[in-house]
Amino acid sequence: MKQKDLEKMALEMRRKIIDISHNCGHSTHVGGALSMVELMTVLYGHVLNFDVKNPRWDDRDRFILSKGHGVLGYYPALLLSGIISEETFNTFMTNGTDLIAHPVMNMDLGIESSNGSLGQGISMAVGIALAAKKKNKPYNTYTLIGDGESNEGSVWEAAMLAPHLGLDNLTLLVDYNRMQNDGAGKDIINIENMPERFKAFGWYVIEVDGHNISEIVDAFQDSSNSGKPKAIVAHTIKGKGVPFMENEKSWHHNRVNKTNYDLAIEALNGTQ
Amino acid sequence: MEITERNAKQWARLGPRGFFGQAMLDIAEGNPNIIAMSADLGSSSGLERFKTAYPDQFVNAGIAEQNMIGVAGGLAKEGFNVFATSFSPFIAIRAGEQVRMNLGYMHLNVKAVAIGAGINMGFLGNSHFGLEDLSLMRAIPKMTIISPADCGEVLKTVQAAANFDGPMYIRLTGDGTCKPVYLDDYDFQIGKSVSLREGSDVTIVACGSMVKESLDAADLLAEQGIEATVINMHTIKPLDHKALDIAAEGTPAIVTVEEHSTIGGLGSCVSEYMAPRKDRVPHLSIGLPDEYIKTGSYRWMLEQQGLLGTSICTKIADFLKQ
Repeated sequence: MKQKDLEKMALEMRRKIIDISHNCGHSTHVGGALSMVELMTVLYGHVLNFDVKNPRWDDRDRFILSKGHGVLGYYPALLLSGIISEETFNTFMTNGTDLIAHPVMNMDLGIESSNGSLGQGISMAVGIALAAKKKNKPYNTYTLIGDGESNEGSVWEAAMLAPHLGLDNLTLLVDYNRMQNDGAGKDIINIENMPERFKAFGWYVIEVDGHNISEIVDAFQDSSNSGKPKAIVAHTIKGKGVPFMENEKSWHHNRVNKTNYDLAIEALNGTQ
Repeated sequence: MEITERNAKQWARLGPRGFFGQAMLDIAEGNPNIIAMSADLGSSSGLERFKTAYPDQFVNAGIAEQNMIGVAGGLAKEGFNVFATSFSPFIAIRAGEQVRMNLGYMHLNVKAVAIGAGINMGFLGNSHFGLEDLSLMRAIPKMTIISPADCGEVLKTVQAAANFDGPMYIRLTGDGTCKPVYLDDYDFQIGKSVSLREGSDVTIVACGSMVKESLDAADLLAEQGIEATVINMHTIKPLDHKALDIAAEGTPAIVTVEEHSTIGGLGSCVSEYMAPRKDRVPHLSIGLPDEYIKTGSYRWMLEQQGLLGTSICTKIADFLKQ
């Protein structure tokens, strides 16, 4: 996809996020979904190799949503890239649905793993990337974690192992929005120097503005990480695109009522 | 590899933990899909030779059990049959939630192998004991759990696991001081217990290291005129209900013996199954107490905890008198 189309897709992703969180009638993880939109847009619109007709295609690139509560930034990407149908998409958080508030592994829907317990998807991604090395498979593995999620010690266990194994077929996306459930990360536990932390662990690190499509595209295309896993640390804004949600703790998990829905859509339309 | 008297005695000297690596060598031969993982306990798991023979099939995750189980899940998702090993509490408790997500929720083809379960780690103490692991692991839906009785059965278990597509928790108890149960080849099937001795006065259902002790107890009971059936319940889950039906019909009492807390292990499995039955018979549950125990050598602790054949015999004889 060209940059202009990616930008269109990102806007559509945001609309879908607001739509679906309003339509489902429940509180959802809105803020952290809005912060990951450009990363997911470039990933699904430009980077990932997949076959919409065959989600099990052996050589498909793998994506693991380690910050499992980010489904609102994930299901719209699956929808807009044609992997899941509108009908399936609209079952979000209805009783008995396949699409709940955290991913449930379902290869027919292109969902590679079950997540929800933080700090685990990155480990699985390391295993999947290692399997590609062992089997000489051409696919790449991508995983997205949150900076809040990085409070989990197991993230750093995985971060230690991946460079040791030389997994240059693994790309880690860090949604560095500096917010988490209880508020600003800085008030909870120090999450500063995220790029330096990964560098110190042996990763090839690229810092980007996580809402700048062309910077993200360039970061994915940068292939000078030979022998090292790549970490794209994306500076993002929680709630990005909807002013009253931006950097607002209450929008980590909240219900989009009719008033908020109208305001949010109006704000998004204004950015066109 | 085959179970013969000579092999069985030789393997027994290594203990299940030391022998496990040899069983892994056996299944890895000609099978590149087998991967062994360790969290910096390769030598303690008898995997040194495996590492040399199949370097591409060995992954050391470092002292990071949570990540090890997650990586094992990723490898399994891509078609590998992964045997991830560590001491029992580090797998079943420390990485318990990774086990739950990867082996439980996603039902991935990972074999979590707890070396040195029960109180086998001796002077290393309760930090290294597996007292609670069965209780936790068996509550995970669709988990298969096997507790081999001796090294021969470790081989059978590992061979069966190599051909089993799905998650499994393998619990190794006993050490080089334990005598073998099996001196000949026998039919091993997951979920099908093995009756080792027939008697009409009591049925002893045992697993792991306690199978041999129960056989010893049965010999001693026979001297007092009490004839015991001894069942090797190597598979804790799915539990062999048919064998328990036969026990309830055929003998007036059931005794379970395990090197695990009496909370949540084999004894609990048996009582959960028997409780709703009208024809249930009295059940004595022998195992470890609800406490962190005084530490010493393995055999000293077994003696202190009443888990040697002689104590088991006394407990059963007293129970039958009631």
